[in-house]
Amino acid sequence: MNIHEYQGKELFRSAGVKVQEGVHCKSVEDALAAYDSLGSKVVAVKSQIHAGGRGKGNLYCPNSGDLLMEGGVKIAFSRDEVETYSENILGHILVTKQTGPAGKLVSNIYVEAGCEIAHEYYLALLVDREEKQVLIMASTEGGMDIEEVAEETPEAIHKTWVNPSTGLLDSQKEDLGISLDLSGAALEDFVGMIGSLYELFVSNDCSMVEINPLVRTKSDEIVALDAKVGFDENASFRHKEWEDLRDYSEEEPTETRANEAGLSYVKLDGDIGCLVNGAGLAMATMDVIKLYGGEPANFLDIGGGADEAKVQEAFEIILEDPNVKGILVNIFGGIQRCDIVAKAVLAASEKMGLQVPLVIRLSGTMFEEGRAIIDSSDLDCTSVETLAEGAEAIVGLIGGGK
Amino acid sequence: MAIWVQEDSKLLIQGITGSQGRFHGEKMVEYGTNLVGGVTPGKGGQNIELAGNEFPVFNTMMEAINQTDADASVIYVPPPFAAAAIMEAADAFHQIKGEGVIVCITEGIPTLDMVKAVAYVNEKEGIRLIGPNCPGIITPGDNGGCKIGIMPGHIHAKGRIGIVSKSGTLTYEAVAQTMSIGEGQSTCIGIGGDPVNGTGFIDCLSAFEADPQTVAVVMIGEIGGTAEEDASEWAAENMSKPIVGFVAGSTAPPGKRMGHAGAIISGGKGTATEKFAAFEAAGIHIARDPSEIGAVLKVALEESGLL
Repeated sequence: MNIHEYQGKELFRSAGVKVQEGVHCKSVEDALAAYDSLGSKVVAVKSQIHAGGRGKGNLYCPNSGDLLMEGGVKIAFSRDEVETYSENILGHILVTKQTGPAGKLVSNIYVEAGCEIAHEYYLALLVDREEKQVLIMASTEGGMDIEEVAEETPEAIHKTWVNPSTGLLDSQKEDLGISLDLSGAALEDFVGMIGSLYELFVSNDCSMVEINPLVRTKSDEIVALDAKVGFDENASFRHKEWEDLRDYSEEEPTETRANEAGLSYVKLDGDIGCLVNGAGLAMATMDVIKLYGGEPANFLDIGGGADEAKVQEAFEIILEDPNVKGILVNIFGGIQRCDIVAKAVLAASEKMGLQVPLVIRLSGTMFEEGRAIIDSSDLDCTSVETLAEGAEAIVGLIGGGK
Repeated sequence: MAIWVQEDSKLLIQGITGSQGRFHGEKMVEYGTNLVGGVTPGKGGQNIELAGNEFPVFNTMMEAINQTDADASVIYVPPPFAAAAIMEAADAFHQIKGEGVIVCITEGIPTLDMVKAVAYVNEKEGIRLIGPNCPGIITPGDNGGCKIGIMPGHIHAKGRIGIVSKSGTLTYEAVAQTMSIGEGQSTCIGIGGDPVNGTGFIDCLSAFEADPQTVAVVMIGEIGGTAEEDASEWAAENMSKPIVGFVAGSTAPPGKRMGHAGAIISGGKGTATEKFAAFEAAGIHIARDPSEIGAVLKVALEESGLL
């Protein structure tokens, strides 16, 4: 789960990581009032969306599609500029490298006091899967695309791993600061900041914290000008406060609905809906559809041991997708009973009406009972024995394929 | 021989009185697993009936291992308490026996809890953690066998193919594929789909290489991380036995979590294309479609003079 920059900065502020003063705004009036209250001649007007590359993105009118402004993060030198920039941002679509061509509607901006920058750095904390520890990455090449830095000048990225039983050592904090050529008051400020940031990462169950840029000001202070914070959803049971930070407009509504039903669903661009048990098999089902020349419309994992209501909800989600021209149900029952899936598919089809071709593959636990239920019904579908047969059949039925 | 768990390995269930523990406990006993008891804090001293047999319940793992001399434990404890259960088991096995296998089935454990638990387990030599978020480990026997986890026992048969996989149901698919060419399995291990886990691909490959019962390995990966790439590099140097590989997620979009917490392409890294390429470079036999694993395995066995 991701949060907005203005929310991340609130976390930073309360953890003792220095940020500039700023105000979260939802209207042009808010933005002007924020400008007046900040008392800074120069402010940054920043689009708030859950995607990177905002500075280099473009804003478009959602109706006409006209380009309104280049850059989703603007430096304003006057009250008038604050007005122009916030008008161009709010209610419009920001397209960045990370949003895809559809872009994202911007409903929030952050107006932040400017600061005098001496140098920009990059800083990130994340869980390193291979080392199985929290990794801190820092670079003197701030403000740049870090993947590019990693590609072109990997030696400019400094890394340190945190042993969970000792925590982040003072020597590690200092070494990292020194590797960024910091000294004196700036080094001291950095050491304090990185300690606070690591504490924040752990106590908030973060999956990632990225600050690009982190800056040294002309008065040798270390300030976070950006805040990209992601939380580990597995820890949501011990962070009830996340519910207030969640911005549902940033999430695909069907994915939210599926999530609430205990299903794992990801919307894709194709036209063959898939209903599968298990994440690996669900991915493999998409892959094999593609191998046979089709395009999957979704990833959908019903999990293990789903009951009839859950499977029915899953099937309805697929049926409601207007892009779906055909459906492949692929079950290899371990804990999952095939007869339950068969009953749920029948019930959902009766309720919603089945307008598209359906191919069902049932294997594993109680597959004979499942197939018998399907065969003895009026359901218009094709029964197959393997995943490959299923993919070939559904691609053929919708008139696609090689 | 098989690896890590043998047909007669003695097993404890952590969370034996919970609904998951009871349900899968029954299935494991029915399959023939040598269950010797279980642990639920506060419920020690009772007996629990599973598949017509009575099993003792203990309050702690120390007590349970002392009383039963168990070799392994399986964890069906809910996510908030699972990491603590792993560490309790690691500590008890280490103190009492100096060795033990811990299989954690639980899905949804916070990643930073696992960072702590894995570091703790790694400090205790002789202790192996499998999972979390995995189907478990099974060594099929001549008569039943040792099933530790949630996989359907009846699809397996004793044989000479080792299977290691990040996915549950895709492992069952791989098992069915070996059966389709008349081959059984030595041991099947689900290492789980979480970003931070215990046993990895290389641990499994290395154990299969050393196991006389195993002649070939099926390895199933998925997008995210670089475990498949690292395993390929290791295999190219160290494996004499043939490997058949598949990677799920060729069609997964970047930046989206595909069900498993670890199945995500981030920053352009962890794609199926990279993983298949690493397999190929290491001489691993590739199946692009899981329905072809059987056929590819047959070719691999023939090429190695095993058929």
